[in-house]
Amino acid sequence: MKISADLKKCEGLGMCEAMAPDVFEVQDEGQVLVLDESPDEADRQELEAAVDACPVSALLLQD
Amino acid sequence: MKNAPIVVVGASLAGLRAVEAFRRAGYAGSLTLVGSEEHLPYDRPPLSKAFLGAGDDPPSATTFRSESDLVDLDVDLRLGQPATGLDTEAREVVLGGERLGYSSLVLATGAHPRTLPGEQLPGVHTLRTVEDARAIRRALDAGARTVVVGGGFIGSEVAAAARKRGLEVTIVEAADLPLVRAVGEQMAEVCAGLHARHGTELRCGVGVQAIEGDERVEQVVLADGTSLRAELVVVGIGAEPTTGWLADSGLDLDDGVICDQTLRTSAPGVYAAGDLARWHNPLFDRQMRLEHWTSAAEQGAAAARNALDPGSARPYATVPYFWSDWYADKLQMVGVGDADEVQLLGDPDADRWLALYRRRDRLVGALSLNQPGRIMKYRALITRGATWDEALDFAAAGPAPRVRGTTDLVMSTKEDVR
Repeated sequence: MKISADLKKCEGLGMCEAMAPDVFEVQDEGQVLVLDESPDEADRQELEAAVDACPVSALLLQD
Repeated sequence: MKNAPIVVVGASLAGLRAVEAFRRAGYAGSLTLVGSEEHLPYDRPPLSKAFLGAGDDPPSATTFRSESDLVDLDVDLRLGQPATGLDTEAREVVLGGERLGYSSLVLATGAHPRTLPGEQLPGVHTLRTVEDARAIRRALDAGARTVVVGGGFIGSEVAAAARKRGLEVTIVEAADLPLVRAVGEQMAEVCAGLHARHGTELRCGVGVQAIEGDERVEQVVLADGTSLRAELVVVGIGAEPTTGWLADSGLDLDDGVICDQTLRTSAPGVYAAGDLARWHNPLFDRQMRLEHWTSAAEQGAAAARNALDPGSARPYATVPYFWSDWYADKLQMVGVGDADEVQLLGDPDADRWLALYRRRDRLVGALSLNQPGRIMKYRALITRGATWDEALDFAAAGPAPRVRGTTDLVMSTKEDVR
């Protein structure tokens, strides 16, 4: 499972961090840093929630 | 009505998320999505932001899903068909001359902008739909002298977009300060200062007497007799939940559709989501009606899951969140703005600050200017019911060391967090 963020779309709105704070952190300059690009399968539910919660559809979850 | 379709009324964000959630939860029966606009569901926040920016190509509306995506979901799309009534006894939605039976129903017809009384001259607009945004953009392209009625978020974003193009803009706000209800008095004043800093004239405490012009708008006359020349007027004086079509439904209505914690309305099998839902938010133990992107998306999905399996329905709890783009600045607010105390951390005249909101001994809100790396940390504190002292301690500790660079660092930080 791979998670990535499209930084051309990211506006740093932070909903990903709200859903999965261990995986995402918005940086001061206003874009997300993916802390863990290959998260555990156990985190799938919160990662899906993060993808859904992104207001600019910047996140991609791939198996 | 067991074999009747599940119906979702309202084809914007909440309605779309509802149909997607029905399928994701395994519902394989027939599913109908009814929308009053002709368009596929599209994203509204950009309409008052990037959409109004200068540029050669007018951006097209950002549709969330293609028609084929919705075909793949096996959704019967009824676009351009406003619902006109609801019969909760017969379990039917009325679409003009047609009656559509439902087994379960999600109401997501959103909200519509308030307008000023009287006839609307050409050049006077509200901003809700992509057509509204296109018309405003055309006027800005033509260099219109702009008057914004209402100093709320939509109005402020329009003013910011006009100033970015170097146009003259005046905001007229009837109250003594704009945004007081959203962010409280103290921070409303700080936010209002942003307009002055960027050359937008803000006139508070004066109402609009008349909007005048021959063929189209030419001037806005204020209650104090002042006349403001205007080629474009944008009216941003708030929105009302679109519940007129439900007036005879028997549903509990009171500035929205009244719902319980699980977004269930007063009628069997009927749930509500998005701008029109007034539900009991257990996280703040009070009724709320939000007009925010994130809650519309989440409520759409939550209402669908609960409608499908009422026996194990789960409360929908959230910390409200919205953002607004003013000039080159980003305002972000989490939680609620009516507080016993507000503490501003930072200089109100600086280009970044953060304010914390206390009620009793709890942190209940945070508002930031250009602090995208901080604001969600406070949302997390509010979510877990952090005390005011905890929040102040957290703020005093300052930004955590930035997590940059090697995987090792990232891993150790993850461990620390746990």
